[in-house]
This record gives sequence, structure tokens and C-alpha cells, in this order.
Amino acid sequence: MLAWTIYISFAGALVLAVLPKGNATLARAIALVIAAAGFLIAIAGFAAGAGQGRVTIIDVPWVPAMGIHYTLAADGISRVLVLLTGLAALAGVLFSWNINLRTNEFFAFFFALIGGVYGVFLSFDLFLLFVFYEIAIVPKYFLIAIWGSTRREYAAMKLALYSFVGSAMVLIVLLAAYATSGSHSTGLVNLANADFPIGFQMWAFPVTFIGFGILAGLWPFHTWAPTGHVAAPTAASMLLAGVVMKLGAYGCLRVAIGLFPHGLDQWGWSFWGIGSWRDVFALLAVIGIVYGALVALAQTDFKFVIGYSSVSHMGFVLLGLVTLTQVGVDGAVLQMFSHGVIAGLLFAIVGRIVYDRTHTRQLAELETMYLGRRMPFAAWAFVIAGVASMGLPGFSGFVAELQVLIGAWIAKPWWTAASGVGIVIGVAYTWRALQKAFFSDRLPKPDEHPKEGWPKFDPITWPEVTATCLLFAATLIVGIYPSILLNSIEPAVKALLAGGMQ
Amino acid sequence: MNYADLFRVTLPETALDVAALLVLVVDLGFLRKAALQTRIMAAVLIGVAGCGAAVAAMPFQAGGGLSYPGSTDLLLAAGGSTAIAQVGILMLTVLTLFLLIGSDFTKHVGEFVAVVLMASTGGLLISAAQDLLVIFVGLELLSLGLYILTAFAKRSGKSAESAMKYYLFGGMSAAFLLFGFSYLYGLTGSTNLHEIMFGLYGMRVLSATPLVYVALVMVAAGLGFKVAAVPFHLWAPDTYEGAPAPAAAFIASVSKVASFALLIGIGTAAMHLVDRLPGTAHLVPVTAMFTTEPLTHWSGFEGPWSLIVAIIAVASMVFGNLAALAQNSVRRLLAYSAIAHAGYILLAVAYFSRSNISANAILYYILTYGLTTIGAFGAVSIVERIGGSDRMDAFLGLYKRNGLLAAVLVVLFLSLAGIPPLVGFWAKFNLFAAVLQVNRGVAPFALVAIAVAMSAVSLYYYLQVLKRVFVMPPADDGPMRGSPLTMGVLALITIAVVVLGCLPGLMQSWMASFYAGM
Repeated sequence: MLAWTIYISFAGALVLAVLPKGNATLARAIALVIAAAGFLIAIAGFAAGAGQGRVTIIDVPWVPAMGIHYTLAADGISRVLVLLTGLAALAGVLFSWNINLRTNEFFAFFFALIGGVYGVFLSFDLFLLFVFYEIAIVPKYFLIAIWGSTRREYAAMKLALYSFVGSAMVLIVLLAAYATSGSHSTGLVNLANADFPIGFQMWAFPVTFIGFGILAGLWPFHTWAPTGHVAAPTAASMLLAGVVMKLGAYGCLRVAIGLFPHGLDQWGWSFWGIGSWRDVFALLAVIGIVYGALVALAQTDFKFVIGYSSVSHMGFVLLGLVTLTQVGVDGAVLQMFSHGVIAGLLFAIVGRIVYDRTHTRQLAELETMYLGRRMPFAAWAFVIAGVASMGLPGFSGFVAELQVLIGAWIAKPWWTAASGVGIVIGVAYTWRALQKAFFSDRLPKPDEHPKEGWPKFDPITWPEVTATCLLFAATLIVGIYPSILLNSIEPAVKALLAGGMQ
Repeated sequence: MNYADLFRVTLPETALDVAALLVLVVDLGFLRKAALQTRIMAAVLIGVAGCGAAVAAMPFQAGGGLSYPGSTDLLLAAGGSTAIAQVGILMLTVLTLFLLIGSDFTKHVGEFVAVVLMASTGGLLISAAQDLLVIFVGLELLSLGLYILTAFAKRSGKSAESAMKYYLFGGMSAAFLLFGFSYLYGLTGSTNLHEIMFGLYGMRVLSATPLVYVALVMVAAGLGFKVAAVPFHLWAPDTYEGAPAPAAAFIASVSKVASFALLIGIGTAAMHLVDRLPGTAHLVPVTAMFTTEPLTHWSGFEGPWSLIVAIIAVASMVFGNLAALAQNSVRRLLAYSAIAHAGYILLAVAYFSRSNISANAILYYILTYGLTTIGAFGAVSIVERIGGSDRMDAFLGLYKRNGLLAAVLVVLFLSLAGIPPLVGFWAKFNLFAAVLQVNRGVAPFALVAIAVAMSAVSLYYYLQVLKRVFVMPPADDGPMRGSPLTMGVLALITIAVVVLGCLPGLMQSWMASFYAGM
């Protein structure tokens, strides 16, 4: 059933692409129906899969001569991320309601991207996974280059090239694994059982991890993320931060850790406490957490604050992955979901609700607009989203980051200590942005008062309210009752860490 | 020699030549007063019929090819990879003929189509040739046709200039090739590929390898010119830019397919050197050598050859991709990207397999590449006719002026860049997998890594074009229409690129069917 999320999205992209131009209302309606259908299927698939392990959806030979299968399957991790994708897609469509330029093409690219994302999460053949992964690259380029803002062509090209370089690294490993395994198959399960030589895993693991990690915002390969997020139209930045970065993290987990677990082994020598690839990537993740937070603290552009906060939060995901402990990896997967929802929300508030009305994102200018009074909905929404992003109990981010920190403590306590600093700075930059953008205490001077009173902003529309509530609900439900996701994540992570993906 | 046998093996070539003569007769005899487009239509139809007849004649070819009188050595091969290449050449010829429709660069339609068909004959011949003399004659037949086609736009100075460049380079490289061939003959006393391979293997004992290197470098120069590999590529950008669009498409597709088919023929002969000789029982070590580690022996034919080809391959893919970054003319960009693609393919030529894995991977690549480039040149020629140039800026805002054409360009260029699920991606994957299956050492792996990295570079320049097509606003709002038939052909090519990409097994099983009887 979950496979239909892919087919519906691609079919929708095709329909929208050939839709006669100029009928924006129809395009929106179709897009909403497709996104809602995808979300419903994702929920149904998630509910139906509760308590089950890996369920194969379809498995047919695709390229018989090369042993490549068209294998779609879902385990607990896939189901959670498919759910996230459905949610992000629906919210993305709602927040794109005001796009009037080439509307049908916008949604066509949007759903081509979404279809690719669904595909990656459901593929259980490395080759198929790679194909979907690359399908997701090109629509991003066009979404940003056509509908974006600030330096959009630069950002779009940077994003496309970074992604492509990352996928080239993955392709190299894919080719090598295919040639080395000799099992004449690219099925993830077969490859996981292929017993690659340790020497092979030792170089294949870092190449794969960096290849996917580029898309997950792994420091120092994260620089596409802030520029890309800022330049992208709202829905695209929601997707970029919400699901596309998760593609990278998912690849790191499923492919790099799943197929080459011995790549994480000790080298046998160490330098300043770094004795394995695991230490290297943990260090990079911790640097990402702290660095992203510090840079976010210094931004003058509201959207850049959120952009760098994404780098920081994705650092938790990567750190959780390399802890290799049950609780840490659980937390990482949960953080993928949580960050997908919260980052989507933040980008929506900044990019759609605020920017489309004020036409500026400079914190210094927003300070003089008193948005707290003039746009109470946005202020409320940002307070809640900001609090969730900081990781306050009751929201999904808390549970996720807590688990990651526990996992890190079990692995190496100093990882936890260092990333704890990142959390504190996270509180600081969120408060700073919140205060500057909405609750400035700088009173207007008499001559700054407009003569005809403060102009009214366009009223908040129903799609915005709906989508905001949807995302709130998601983060709250998961925050209050995390088991709803953890019950399906835990067994899947356990199986994956045990090796062999059985 | 039995001429009936010769005739049976060369049935497809004969069909093409008859069609070429027929085109001339009809065009010059009956249609002298007719309108240009009518004449084009008639000529194209006859040409297509000729290609169809050639394909239809292929099953009636003598099964195992043609041998020398009184020997088991082949003169012309038939079936297997040869047949795939020949069918491919004929199909791509048909597609390039369709690009002629609606063009007005020449009044001499009959001659143009006739020359195209004769050049294809040369292509068919070199795909099958197993003898140095036949190879040379076939190559010249093909090349002379290409020089003429390049010069066909008589009103364009660029066309004449590029043809002259092409001709001079071509003449020189033919001289190199012949020089290399003469060394090979001198070293081994035979013009047959199998005999040469066997003779060169014996050279190891007599330690005449420096001469072998000289000979093979010369041969590589001659053949490298045909596939536009660095450093023998200098003609390509000018020719691609100056030649009329159908001619450029022909050079970029059919001529490439034929040249790589020739390289496949040479590689196959090298890998099967012991198969056809009588009394190979005492040569067990030789056979063992070729089944286990064919490339560790830097002597005989295969060692030097793969070293030379690998060097050319790396130079081509690095230089081609980097030079393409700086281009402003889309045709020149396609030329440099063609150089890069030739570099990728040459990797598989350098690491050639005894089984047909490599041959199939190369053919898969070059056939799909040919298909894609013909489409690209067709699209570029439409833009050129209306926009007046092939500069990047002529493509501005194409999505508004002709949505279908923009979609065609997006699909074809992304396929060239190797984005799945388009066919260009499978071609690359297939090819690199074949290289690694032949040899899992560090060297081939490093070469494949360079190739993959370079194809990441290539995305940049393809996106530069697509950015203008799809992202930037048009400078001029007028619609950009191509003739419905051309648009139809382009749409068909695009659909083929998508379908073959989504179902890669289709073409693989089609290719496998050619080996069924062998």
C-alpha cells in the first residue's frame, strides 16, 4: 500500500506538468488532493505496519542481467519517515497556496521531489535507492532557481552540485560494492549479508557516510544548506530542511552503517583520542551542533537563523547515528521526524507568514515593525515553534535530543558535554530571533509613526492556519506520547544494529 | 574468393548503396522542378526505405561472417556485437535523415542523402571488418562522406572552414593509422586481426615490444581521431559548430557508433586470439592468462593497447568536461561533452572482457548516447533556425516559446548528465560496472572514480543550458515552432530515452537476442 505514495506523487507531477497554464486554482486543488492522498496512505501504512518488522511490498526483477531488483519494503524507520514526508508534503502545499507564477510547474517539480523522497525511504535495493535519491536532486534545482529569492541561481546551483558530488561518492561505493560482493545482487539485505572484507568497509564506510552526509548537513560540507534554505521558496525550504536533509541521514543509517558496520571499527591506533571513523564523524557532528548554533546566533537575516539552526539540529541526528547505541540511534531517527516537523514550521512562519507580508527578513528592519502586535498569529506560532525547537519537554524535540544525548553519554561522555553547549546556544539564538522579530522593546519615535496609522498586513489565510495546526499537532503528539513512533522505530533500529538487516 | 559469399555478407551495405543511387536518380532525374521540401521528403523517404531494407537483409547474411579463402580467419564478421552495431547505425541514420526535414541549408538534397547513405555503408563495413585493409577502406569511406557532409552548407563560411579543418586533421590521422598498420603488418606478416594478435603475442618472446608500442600509438592516434579523444579531438568543436545540423548529428552519432564498433572488433579479436587457431592445446598457459588476469602482462597486444587507451580515456574525460565548462555555444558544448563521453567509453575499451560484457556495455552506451545527441542536435537546430544562433542566450525562456521543445531539452540534457531514471544513467552504470567486473584492481577503480567525479562536473554545464531554457525569462516572446514532423521525432526520441531508462532490461534483452544463435 505504501508504494502508492510514490506512484501517486509521480503521476501527480506528470498531470500537473501537462496541465494547461494559467489555471492556478485547479493546479492547487489537484496538488492538495495528491498531497492529502499521500499523507493518508502514509498514515494508513504506518498504522497497518504497527508491530510488524520489515514488510516487503513488491519485489520483482528490474534489470535481470545485472541482478537488480525493484524492491520496495518498509520497516519501522521507513514508515516513520514516510509519515514525515506525507506530513511535510501536505503542509508544503498549503503553505504554497499563494504561488501564482507558473503554478502548475511549481507543483509538478514539488511532487517529483516528493515522489523521489518517498522512493528513497521505501527502497530496499541499493540501486533503486540511489535512483530515487538522484531523482530528488533535479527538482530542487528548479524549485529554487525559478521560485526562490535571495541569490537563487547561485544557491540552486550550489545545492545541485553538492548533492551531485555526494551522490557521485555513493555511486562509486555502489559500483565497488556491486563488483566486490560477487553476489550479483544489489538488494540491501543481500549486500548486508555479503561479508565485505574489513579493508573494503574501512574506505567504503567513510565515503558513503560523507556522500550521504553532505545532504544531511554534515559539517564542513553543510554550506549548501543555509544558502539553499534561504534562497528556496517556502515550501521548498520546508522540504529541504524537513525531508531532503533526512534523505542524507537516512542514507547514512541504512547504507553506510547498515552495509559497512565494520567501517566503524577501531583503526588500532589513535590520535588525540580519535581512533576510528566513528570518532571522526562524532567529532564532525559535535562541531556541526556547536558551530551551527554559534553562527545562527550572529545572523542578521531571520531565515539564515533557521537555516543554521537546521545544521545544528541535524548534527544531533548524525551524532545519534554514530553512537551506535540503541537509545542513541532511536533518538536520531526520532530527531529526524521531530526536526522535519519543527524546521518545516519555522521556515513556514519566517518564509511564508512573515516574509510574504513584510517583504524583508532583516532582523533590524523587522525590529521596527512590531510584529508581535500587528501579526499576533505569527508571533504565537513562532513562540510555540521556537520553544519546540529549543527542546522543551512536551515537544518532540525534547524526547529526541534527550535520547541522542543519553546515547552519546554511553558512548563517550564528552560528546554529550560538548553538544549540551549547543543546546544552550540554541536557546540563545531562538530567543534572540524571537525577541528581535516579534517583541522588540524599542518603542517607535514620534516621527516614525505613519500618518494614516500602521498599515494592515494581509490577513492570515486558512491554508496557513490549517498547516500550522497540523504541524503543531504532530510535534505535540510525538512530544507527549513518543511511544507512538518509538514503538516502530525501536525494533527496526535493533535489527539494523544487529547487522544483516534481518 | 567466392563472390556470392561476399555478396551475402554485404547485403545490408548493398541495400544502402542501391538506395543511395536511387536517391540520386529520383532527385536529379524526376524531381528537378519540385519544391525543396518535396524533394527533401522524397529523398528522406527513399533513404529510410534503404535503411529499412538493409535491416531486413541482415537475417539473410551468411551466419558466421566471411572467411579468407582456405582459412578459418574472418575477413568480415557477422552477428553478435557486429549485428547490434549495424542495426544501431542504420536506426540512427534514419533519425538523422529525419532532421533534414524542414531545413534549407542546401539545394542539393539528393547528394546529401546519398552521401549520408554511403557514409553509413562505411560505418557498417568497419563494424564488421576483421582485416586491416578492410578497416582502412571502410574508415575512409565513412570519413570522406563526413568531410563532404560538413561542407554541405555552401552559403556558410563556417561550414567550409570546419570542413577544411576536419579534412586536414582527418587526412593526417589516416596517415598515422596507415603507418601504424604498416608496422603491424611488418611485425606479424599478416593483415588479419587474429593473426596479428597471435603474432604480437609471440613478440613477447622476441622482445620487439618498443616497435609494438610505436605501432599501437599510431593506430590509437588514427582511431582516437575518429572517436574524438584527447589529444586528437581538435577538429570536434569546430566541426560540431560549423556543420549543418543533420551532418553534425550524423558525425556525433553514427560515426561514433561505427568507430566504437571497430574498437570492439579489435578488442574482441585480441581477447579471442587463441580461439580460432588450430592446435591450441599446447597453449593452455595463454588461455589461462586471458581468463584470469588479462592486464598484468604489459606486452603482446592487450597490455600496451590498454595502457595507451586508458591514458587517452583519462585525458578525454578530464579535458572534455573541463573545457565544456567554458563554452558559450551549445554546439561546442555538445562537442566537448562528446569528447568526455568518448573518454568514459574508452575506459571499457581499455579494460575489455573476453565475454561480451564489455562489448555490450560499450554498445549500450554509444547507441543510447547517439540517440540522445541526435535529439539534442535536432532541438538545437530548431532554436538556431529561429533564434539565429546557438549561443546560450538564444535558449533564454524557451519554456514560454515552445514548452515541448523545452521539455525535450531538459530530458535529453539530463540524460547526457547521467541522471536516473534516464537512459544515460544506465549506460554509465553499465559501463563502469563492466570495467570493474573485468578487473578489480586499484587502477581501474581509480579510473572509474575519476569518471564518476567528472560526470558530477558535467552536471554544471548541462544545467547552465537548462537554466536558460527553463528558469530565465525570454528575451523575445515570439513562439519557436519546429515542423510538426521534427517535433514528433524529437518527442519520440525523448520518450525512448525515458522508457529505456525506466526499463533498462528492454534494451539489454534486445542486445542479448543477437548472441542467441552464436
